[in-house]
Amino acid sequence: MTGWLLRRLLQALCVVVAMTLIVFIGLHAIGNPIDILISEDMNQQERLAAIARLGLDQPLWRQYLAFVDGALHGSLGRSFVYQEDAVRLILQRLPATMELAFAALLMAIVLGVPLGLFAGMKPEHPVSRTLMATSIVGFSLPAFWVALMLIMVFSVQLGWLPASGRGATHELFGVKWSWLTFDGWQHLLLPAFNLALFKISLVLRLTRAGVREVLPQDYVKFARAKGLKPTRVVLMHVMRNTMIPLVTVLGLELGATIAYAVVTESIFAWPGAGKLILDSINSLDRPVVVAYLMVVVVIFVTLNLIVDLLYKLLDPRVRLEGAK
Amino acid sequence: MSAVKSYDERSIWWRVAADFLHSRIAVGGLVVLGIVVLAALLAPWITQQNPYDLLQLDVLDARLPPGSRSSEGGYTYWLGTDGQGRDLYSAIIYGLRISLTVGVGSALIAAVVGTLIGLVAAYAGGKVDALLMRLVDLLLSFPTILMALMILAYVGKGVGNVMLTLVLLEWAYYARTARGQALVEARREYVEAAQGQGIPRWRIVTGHILPNCLPPLLVIGALQIARAITLEATLSFLGLGVPITEPSLGLLISNGYQYLLSNEYWISFFPGVALLAAIVAINLVGDQLRDVLNPRLQK
Repeated sequence: MTGWLLRRLLQALCVVVAMTLIVFIGLHAIGNPIDILISEDMNQQERLAAIARLGLDQPLWRQYLAFVDGALHGSLGRSFVYQEDAVRLILQRLPATMELAFAALLMAIVLGVPLGLFAGMKPEHPVSRTLMATSIVGFSLPAFWVALMLIMVFSVQLGWLPASGRGATHELFGVKWSWLTFDGWQHLLLPAFNLALFKISLVLRLTRAGVREVLPQDYVKFARAKGLKPTRVVLMHVMRNTMIPLVTVLGLELGATIAYAVVTESIFAWPGAGKLILDSINSLDRPVVVAYLMVVVVIFVTLNLIVDLLYKLLDPRVRLEGAK
Repeated sequence: MSAVKSYDERSIWWRVAADFLHSRIAVGGLVVLGIVVLAALLAPWITQQNPYDLLQLDVLDARLPPGSRSSEGGYTYWLGTDGQGRDLYSAIIYGLRISLTVGVGSALIAAVVGTLIGLVAAYAGGKVDALLMRLVDLLLSFPTILMALMILAYVGKGVGNVMLTLVLLEWAYYARTARGQALVEARREYVEAAQGQGIPRWRIVTGHILPNCLPPLLVIGALQIARAITLEATLSFLGLGVPITEPSLGLLISNGYQYLLSNEYWISFFPGVALLAAIVAINLVGDQLRDVLNPRLQK
């Protein structure tokens, strides 16, 4: 187990290093950074001074080492627009994005698992068939369009829910959260549902497939033959074994959710990291773009690692295989 | 010899077609897809206005609800007009053109590039194979939208750059599939037979292995086109795609966003319906293709 963990950690580190290389080469090979970093009305002397200050007169490998050195010290440059440390800027906005992503994930589980259980237990039921057909549409719907339609129906026509912003926030552990106030909840509902839509379809289908696979197994038949109540059979025997693929996929989906929050945040004016990165791309604020990418890569690699670990802990078959 | 071969091939494709037509919902998808493609191809002949010709637009006709009469041209805006007085019906048909071109174009280029790289990896093996496949793993392990934003942040906006981005993101799917399939096929008897006949290796790869890799690549291609269209629409919606004078479906929806709050829903609604119809149709066709072409599911 320790050997496996060490190997896995090393692998994760390699991915991060590979991504810094790609981001760095991307930043420096495509387009001359001097054109972006230095204003045009500088004279020659000022230009040279600025180039030297930014380290752009050094060979590429030295620049890369400087970049890595900065990254290790948690500094990836300053934002041109906000005049603030880029990493700090991202980290300030990240809780709002996390809040949105977790709300969406929770919604997907709360809605998707029971519906998927039903569709798996009674595959021929008309409701199950409708659910499966709807889930195909759920996969195909362009998220940004759904967001607009949600605003149109629930904000404009019905006037039930607000269409933009975070609403009132409450501070907990030094971070502002929306889910601690009623107003915040109202603001959270539409964007979270928008982000969750794809995942609800995914969870529904995964749960259904899992149930269909587990139901004919001998241990389920045995549990039934023992005279256990049907609810107990479903909760203790069926659910438990459908959860393994679900945990894996949802863990990986959390990373994707954070990335796709870019679209949702920009429509609902949710002040998270996704909206920041989009604004930064539009204003060519490259340090923020690079910092965002590096932060997300680290989140991603960490999530992958945790999921792998969970997978090993949850499924004894995998655990034993690893021990051999 | 060649006559026998072509007869066999025809019978295989006949069977695929017959299997395909078994599912009514897939046939429905195919019909919708046919209509969408035809509409996009025939755009100039079935629209009443060229939405990209600013001279044909009348600002006085801006944001008219569906069914309004135009002030000059003497025709009806069946789906209403957008903020610049564009007839939405015409704009949607032309927008479909851009969406399909970008989607199909990038999928085709990615398919060729990806298949080639996949075959090279399978053919070369060893370090080249390992390096290429690690690159594929790296690309596929991050969400598409993130990679797309990253590439567009570097190369800038525009239709060409969006296509470039899509190709850079999609080739990995084809490469992985082509490599996997090629490695399976390379162990088959017919390859051994060809080797026994002394046919050069590159000709075995192009003439014998490649054709047998095509069915799964076709399925991936269909589903990738749908993904590419969605992604292009999303990027255009975010303002990173096509220029504002030639709106694609995504940009039309984006332009309608500002009027949505004053209850002028049609500017965003109808282009979205067209987009959804195209994507669902392609997904249905792709799903059915996968079922039909998958040898494990065949009777």
